Amino acid sequence: MTTLKTSIGRRSFLKSAALTGGGMMLGFSWLSSCQSKTEEEVMAMPEAWFEINAYLKIGDNGVVTIYTPNPEFGQNVRTSMPMLVAEELDVNWDKVLVEQAPYHPENFGFQFTGGSRGIMSRWEPLRMAGASAKHLLRQAAAQAWQVPLEEVTTTTGMLHHQASDRSAGYGEMASAAAKLPIPEEVTLKEVKDFRIISTSRKNVDAKSIVQGQSLFGMDYHKKGMLIAMIVHPPAFGLTLESVDDAAAKAMPGIKEIVTIKSFPDGYEKGGFDTNAFPELVAIVGNSTWEVMQAKKELKASWKPITATTETINGFRGKETKHTPAGLESTDSHKAQIAEVASKPGKIVRQDGDPQAAFENAAKVIERSYSAPYLAHNSMEPINAFAHVEGDKATIAAPIQIPGFIIPTIAAGLGIPAENIEMEMPRMGGGFGRKAYAHYVVEAALISQKVHAPVKLIYTREDDMTNGIYRPTYQATYRAALDENNNLVALHVKAGGIPESPLFANRFPAGAVANYLAEEWSIDSNITIGAYRAPRSNFMAGAEQSFLDEVAEAAGKDPIQFRLDLLKQAKDNPVGEENDYDAERYAGVLELVREKAAWGQNQGNVHRGVSAYFCHNTYAAHVLDLTIEKGKPVVQKVCCAIDCGIVVNPDAAKNMAEGAITDGIGNAFYGELTFKDGVPEKSNFDKYRMIRMGEAPKEIDVHFVQNEIAPTGMGEPPFPPIFGAVANAIFKATGERQYDQPFLGDKQVLG
Amino acid sequence: MANFNLKINGKNHQLDVDPATPVLWVLRDHLHLVGTKYGCGIAQCGACTIHLDGVAMRSCIIPVSAVRDQAITTIEGLSEQGDHPVQQAWLEHDVPQCGYCQAGQIMSAAALLSDNTKPSDEDIDMAMHGNICRCGTYTRIKAAIKTAAKVG
Repeated sequence: MTTLKTSIGRRSFLKSAALTGGGMMLGFSWLSSCQSKTEEEVMAMPEAWFEINAYLKIGDNGVVTIYTPNPEFGQNVRTSMPMLVAEELDVNWDKVLVEQAPYHPENFGFQFTGGSRGIMSRWEPLRMAGASAKHLLRQAAAQAWQVPLEEVTTTTGMLHHQASDRSAGYGEMASAAAKLPIPEEVTLKEVKDFRIISTSRKNVDAKSIVQGQSLFGMDYHKKGMLIAMIVHPPAFGLTLESVDDAAAKAMPGIKEIVTIKSFPDGYEKGGFDTNAFPELVAIVGNSTWEVMQAKKELKASWKPITATTETINGFRGKETKHTPAGLESTDSHKAQIAEVASKPGKIVRQDGDPQAAFENAAKVIERSYSAPYLAHNSMEPINAFAHVEGDKATIAAPIQIPGFIIPTIAAGLGIPAENIEMEMPRMGGGFGRKAYAHYVVEAALISQKVHAPVKLIYTREDDMTNGIYRPTYQATYRAALDENNNLVALHVKAGGIPESPLFANRFPAGAVANYLAEEWSIDSNITIGAYRAPRSNFMAGAEQSFLDEVAEAAGKDPIQFRLDLLKQAKDNPVGEENDYDAERYAGVLELVREKAAWGQNQGNVHRGVSAYFCHNTYAAHVLDLTIEKGKPVVQKVCCAIDCGIVVNPDAAKNMAEGAITDGIGNAFYGELTFKDGVPEKSNFDKYRMIRMGEAPKEIDVHFVQNEIAPTGMGEPPFPPIFGAVANAIFKATGERQYDQPFLGDKQVLG
Repeated sequence: MANFNLKINGKNHQLDVDPATPVLWVLRDHLHLVGTKYGCGIAQCGACTIHLDGVAMRSCIIPVSAVRDQAITTIEGLSEQGDHPVQQAWLEHDVPQCGYCQAGQIMSAAALLSDNTKPSDEDIDMAMHGNICRCGTYTRIKAAIKTAAKVG
């Protein structure tokens, strides 16, 4: 049993968070899906609500509203976070309504979506919110019945005093409970007593989604609202010189054309203020189609940017950022990478004597891997609603980390940060892109200039060509084997434009006596940002492809080879700082080996294995591939995951299935190239995305069962799939895959 | 600008818009039927899929002037109670992740099943090829279509 000091308060306001006209407030009254709506039990609404703490209110009829604190972008936290509250509150899940909390960090702490840290960071606070509310309800019952608190027990939504045979619903005690002071500490349930956590609960928004209700930022509408679109420079390395807006302004439905500047002079940017095009032209009009037509008529001239060196107030304090001038191309990037990667990098970690080990090796294997830039391509293009009135601003935007952009909005508008109200509608995907919310600043500046509520919409082309990409990376691995085919030294040198992808303390560091990790980076004016499992999304594929090749050279089974290294890391770890738990890592490999029936003859099916640890979670995949007329077909992926306690198992499976499919798509097709600063793809006609027929025919997800506090799920199954694809292709074709994408625009391998 | 009389989800709507305006934007901006989504604007992602006289079409490239007397069905009108077999199957399989593409997926799936009550995997792959799901829910979408086929 865990007893914790509480750190939650009352809500300081009880404003309705129903941004989209009630669409955000949804019943959990789950119809089994075969029932028609007439048979469905419709939840009765209470006549009065009583606020128990910031996260929940209870109606006089026992219905509970839970405010879910973090924004939703498909990771299903709008279901799994309220499950944590409901578990400790001890309430019937069918009597729970979920509302999206607005941005209010005093009440709701750090409200964010990213780094697969949502559930992990909320695991205790949200259960505490439920447990403290239950405590207050019990206290209220104890006072009403004049009995000792410890004699008041609960069963789903009911309070009981056994000795006097009295019972009451939560709704009956909610009014009294709401007047009691928040307890100083609360006791949380033991894992064995969970009734909601670790049971599959349907997505609370699924009904609204399948009926096409207004849920997303893109759907937002307000009376008098104008539509805005931006025109940004056609190439990285260019900036606005002048605008001729006469023709565009004369187009039907156009109200105003304005230029905006996203950062005031001298503004010290934060780590998420990335923006390649801070000076933009905005076209504002009555309707999307009219604005789109005027956008084509706008004439602007552009000039080269000058190189800059700025101080950024980033995660790790002040950082110096260099942005070179010039128009960059994929070809010039490749030449730069070849040059820099051939020189010594910055040594990040060294164990033993790698130089001597390589000199004395019986066999040395050296391989290089690369991956291109990727665009996030969320299905919902970038958009933001803003209404600036005097020194106040109302914002509603798909956004992953509102707290990081509020200071920039405030500085840009010249208003106090506390005057900004922000709603966080459901996001139509994010994958990291919506953590860089320059578009919210843009919407706010446009609204301020045109004195009207404005919804800014990026076209798909604007979205894909605006920057914040997954960087391009390169890594070279070297392995030294002794005469008995033992791995005695490993050397990794990795870099990228503009950042290194290296994690020097991850496996196989700690498992190899002689280890050297080096990194390098090359500055660029093409902007980058976090993309589902940043850096891991490249390193896992490179590392796991390389280990497969080393295992083959050593004549060992690829799973056993990894398990032997993990045993070494567990029994006799090398170095002080190894980021992973070797036993849990081995656990997912053992589970996937068993579930995939590894080692059995699969006929014409070729199998690749891969495993990785990132975002505090372990994942291993076995991918089954066939080749049909030269075309790779993924028959099945078997996946084992250790993310601790699985809060909502079916939703977690959905995440894993999505990550696997996303990874296969990117491994085969994902690529953004540049020519003279211009992205060479700007829409889905050229940017190839994985489609129905290319997805795995079957995905089989298994979780390690344990009672460890839950960790990340959105990202960890994604990085290792790249290695599984590469290793399966090798089995099928005898060709190792070193450079992503493995297919690109081709239909067949080779 | 020109006047159009559109039959959408069984109701008639009078509008005065630029004849070149795609049906997508008529639905979203003029009629506030926002279930039909903008994803690419060039008929490559399927987020905007509607039915024109029962046939799945990409509303982002159909000018309003081309609709004439064809009946438009959007996700909002696929069923009165949200209980079309495809919608029910989507709930049963808990398909959506972010959810943005799902209205288009459902409209494509419903059109497929109205033509082909027992689609094979290949039929599904072909009919759904034009609908991108960035979250990668394809395996669930396929399973849901098969469930809906059994019911419908």
